[in-house]
Amino acid sequence: MTLQLAKPAPPDDDKRWKMVEVTMRRSGYASHALIETLHRVQGLFGYLDEPAMNFVAESLGLPLSKVYGVATFYHLFSLKPQGKHTCVICTGTACYIKGARELVDGLRQKYGIELGQTTPDLELSAVGARCIGACGLAPAAVVDGEVLGNLTVDQLLARIEKVIHDAT
Amino acid sequence: MQLEELSELAAEIQESQQHCDHCVRVCMAAGCQSSGAKVVFDALSEKTAESEHVCVKGVGCMGLCAAGPLVEVTSRGQAPVMYQQVTEADAQEVVDSLGGAPVERLRCPSDMPFFTSQHKIVLENSGVIDPEQIKEYIAADGYRALVHAVTEMTPAEVLREVDVSGLRGRGGGGYPAGLKWSTVSKMPGGDKFVVCNGDEGDPGAFMDRAVLESDPHRVIEGMVLAGYAVGAAHGFIYVRAEYPLAVERLTKAIRDATKQGFLGQNICETRFSFDIEIRLGAGAFVCGEETALMASIEGRRGQPRPRPPYPAQSGLWGYSTLINNVETFANIPPIIRRGGAWFASIGTEKSKGTKVFALAGRIRNTGLIEVPMGITLRDIVFTIGGGVPEGSQFKAVQTGGPSGGCLPEEFLDLPVDYDTLRQAGSIMGSGGMIVMDQTSSMVDVARYFMEFCMDESCGKCVPCRAGTHQMHALLDKIAQGHGSVKDLALLEELCEVVRAMSLCGLGQTAPNPVLSTLQHFRMEYVAKLQEHALPDGGPPASERSATPPAESQETTS
Repeated sequence: MTLQLAKPAPPDDDKRWKMVEVTMRRSGYASHALIETLHRVQGLFGYLDEPAMNFVAESLGLPLSKVYGVATFYHLFSLKPQGKHTCVICTGTACYIKGARELVDGLRQKYGIELGQTTPDLELSAVGARCIGACGLAPAAVVDGEVLGNLTVDQLLARIEKVIHDAT
Repeated sequence: MQLEELSELAAEIQESQQHCDHCVRVCMAAGCQSSGAKVVFDALSEKTAESEHVCVKGVGCMGLCAAGPLVEVTSRGQAPVMYQQVTEADAQEVVDSLGGAPVERLRCPSDMPFFTSQHKIVLENSGVIDPEQIKEYIAADGYRALVHAVTEMTPAEVLREVDVSGLRGRGGGGYPAGLKWSTVSKMPGGDKFVVCNGDEGDPGAFMDRAVLESDPHRVIEGMVLAGYAVGAAHGFIYVRAEYPLAVERLTKAIRDATKQGFLGQNICETRFSFDIEIRLGAGAFVCGEETALMASIEGRRGQPRPRPPYPAQSGLWGYSTLINNVETFANIPPIIRRGGAWFASIGTEKSKGTKVFALAGRIRNTGLIEVPMGITLRDIVFTIGGGVPEGSQFKAVQTGGPSGGCLPEEFLDLPVDYDTLRQAGSIMGSGGMIVMDQTSSMVDVARYFMEFCMDESCGKCVPCRAGTHQMHALLDKIAQGHGSVKDLALLEELCEVVRAMSLCGLGQTAPNPVLSTLQHFRMEYVAKLQEHALPDGGPPASERSATPPAESQETTS
């Protein structure tokens, strides 16, 4: 016998929660929709905070610990807010052989962040990717969704400078 | 739909394509897109918008990523001409040349071995058809196998063709597909699932991505055929979230195939129904392992579980499940269309058909290739790949990603198939092939792969969780020149323990890069040991030089 619980209320009256609900409803609030739902939340809000995970947990009838477990298991989910701009550096084998490490060093020297970190002013997040599948263009990076290949440190830093500058 | 209707439809589409005299294909795969294919495409489309005789198409991967963006022009009655490194500024010149002499300046020699030595089955449509148009796939004999199978063949006949073909799982394991399929088909009724593993996590591998982006309908057709053969009604495609373009194209392909009646209820007005759902990964390498992948589809942490029971016996939600890789499914339509015997005539005795490889690293022609099984590594690296760039010296080729190994020059004449590569200490793997030159230190490479496995270990079983950590620490110590002979011996011992005791493939194969580099490049490890001048004034390097290999073997035995 299943007990029909009252529908949990979203953490606030942000309209984006409606879209999260649509995703959950499509799968009949089944627990196997958890990863999809978290993708949706992160896509809309940029990261997963505790109220968001709580809401998803209650809606799908899962304990918060399960949701937290899944959110921390997968690399793509972030529990902290991300920077306005993202630089993904591919650290796959081909890029590694062709000097991805120098790109990471360059980023550290200029912005003081390692892969997986965000600058304190929330302007830039650096992310390491295992392989973005652009091995033919190694070393490669993705700056705000744009794939850049055959990169040098200077080219990468100039590009980042440009996206930050253009946005302000 | 009957076969005749499909043939009529295909003929109709082919005819409608006849009106254009010049077909300009622009490679829009990930590689070329990042070198600016989109602006080239836009420029070409704009400049030819008014001409009725020219059609500009965005197509999938043409293979030679190193020379992107690639553009191919096919004019009626003439051999196709390929252009390389085309820029926006070149567009006008290319358009002007249509009907006249080709632009020699941009020409990419299509008679080079990179193109002529390949044998395309999986990639036959890749770079030729527009992946977003189902009619182009139909015109290229697409869905012919499906219609033929569900209307004229019994599931057992489909199974027999797959069995006769000798196709082995292309994800790296090499398990015979026919055997897996018949195990699932023999399971008693009830719900069954077909799962396509598109969680291509090996760094340096982009074959599945290329197939999904360049020819998504082929994978769908393969899955429906599998569903028909084993008696399943539902399918899942598990794709990495890192491949947004592949997801987008698959989503459209599924929608279009459903509209055409190749997916959904009562396919071709028969009693057979099949649907496909896409599931996104979320960045976990271990999810490429089949039991972890199923856990992830069920919305849980992607942790593997012991086998047996195998997915064929108890898979998704406890139901019998058939899991194959993207490339395996992509091989199915041609097998059904042309017969298993045809497929079995290609390749070697135990490894049939072709294999797609992603060539990268220190090599001239980086890109995507498809070659018959049994070709030598030398042919792949030097003939097709064009060898290492000037000033470089070939040192090793790495196959199989973090589960594989590095092979030196002496092994280049080995034929590529599942069994010989395993004997040489590497594996076929999913198809990543990375060439290294003298600038890569093999100890460094081993450490790189170990760091990868350490980060990606799911943490469920101790040998993998703690073992990869310790092996990485030892490799780090050795790479920095602080290692001793004892460390090397301990490393080898640990490799054996982790290999034997880990729960899933990730842990069991994690020591491979270390073992293979130790086997073929032991001197580099030994040299690293010698680099270190002992702080307590131990014997100088010259006196310790000869002993390490012998000593370490004693300690391990």
